[in-house]
Amino acid sequence: MPQISQIAATYASQIFWLLITFGLLYFVVGRGMVTKIVATVDARESRIAGDLAAAEAARLQADRTEEAWRVEMEAARTAAAADTNAAKVQATQSAELQVKAADAELAERLGHHDLAIANAKAEALANLETVAAEVAQQLVAKLSGVQVSVDQAAHAVREVRAHG
Amino acid sequence: MAAAEGSKIDPMHQFLIEPVLGSHWIVGGYDLSFTNSALWMVVTLASLVVFMVGGMKRELVPGRWQAAVEGFTGFVSGMLTSNIGPEGKRFIPYVFSLFMFILFANILGLLPFGVVPGVHPFTVTSHLTVTGVLAIISFAIVLIVGFGRHGFHFFSLFVPHGTPVVMIPLIFVVELMSFLVRPFSLGLRLFVAMTAGHILLKVLAAFVINGINMGPGYAAIVTLPSFVLMIGITLLELLVAAIQAYVFALLTSVYLNDAVNLH
Repeated sequence: MPQISQIAATYASQIFWLLITFGLLYFVVGRGMVTKIVATVDARESRIAGDLAAAEAARLQADRTEEAWRVEMEAARTAAAADTNAAKVQATQSAELQVKAADAELAERLGHHDLAIANAKAEALANLETVAAEVAQQLVAKLSGVQVSVDQAAHAVREVRAHG
Repeated sequence: MAAAEGSKIDPMHQFLIEPVLGSHWIVGGYDLSFTNSALWMVVTLASLVVFMVGGMKRELVPGRWQAAVEGFTGFVSGMLTSNIGPEGKRFIPYVFSLFMFILFANILGLLPFGVVPGVHPFTVTSHLTVTGVLAIISFAIVLIVGFGRHGFHFFSLFVPHGTPVVMIPLIFVVELMSFLVRPFSLGLRLFVAMTAGHILLKVLAAFVINGINMGPGYAAIVTLPSFVLMIGITLLELLVAAIQAYVFALLTSVYLNDAVNLH
């Protein structure tokens, strides 16, 4: 086994070159490059962590904005509903007023017409009494030859009308 | 361990260390030759640097390569934070270097560079000297961190909570022994796993070659099953390469946890 049989002759060279190569490896690669690579990885990880935190903050901010928007929308909807109701009430009231005014006008006009009808009726009735009295006077004159005055005839007609 | 008679394939030859340029550099009485082992350490380092540089674009949205590199750093930093806590991030440079060096060395040793004439792959981590040094570095860091943070209070690591007073001396000795064995188990585990795997692959490869050389009949009953088995073992060894690197890094971070947080 050369590892053991040669050890006395080669240990110095082995150790010497190992210390040189491993020393170079440690100082150039281990201390120099690996430190930088680890720093790069750490920087990337902290950047990722920062970005994630920023994204989380932005998400929370968006949630808050949405909540505020929702509240605002709710308030606007309530206000709009109130406005609608008020307008509806106002419209109903004004319609009622108009209807009442129209009713009153109609009633007034009906009243006028009723009065005119009543006048015409009374006038007609008065004419009717005069006609009836004259007819009664002539009937009496033709049947009995008795001359009665118009006033008497009219009086009789009134009595008959009153007693039916 | 000599090769089987008649076979020129020595499963141990792959672990042989020899100077690449054939010349020995003796510095101050020590042989510091640039060997095949050193060459593959440099190859490991170079391929690792290339891999890492490809992931250094540092873009906010990573490309494929950057994602792969960040996957490895993330894996190591996740392992450290789950074992040690947030303080574990301090050890990312060391544990990452350790994990990647072992992983790349293990995998480079398994890759079929041998098909290129003149190139002989070499598994750095199959050498006890290398794994031992890595284990000692890990253990030394544990000791430095432990005594640096807790001073002599670090010895309370060897007395678990709720130990009866009578038992404290015995438990202390037992815990101290298990603590001191750590670097050996750490280094030996990787060395043994790599060595065993490569010997097994080489022995099976010898079966394949020798079966072919002995004629069609032997090829059918020896070569074919060995080759199928070799494919499976190779896949298993790739898994072992990753697992052993992971185990080494994981145990280092567990030991560092003891040093940082005591019990």
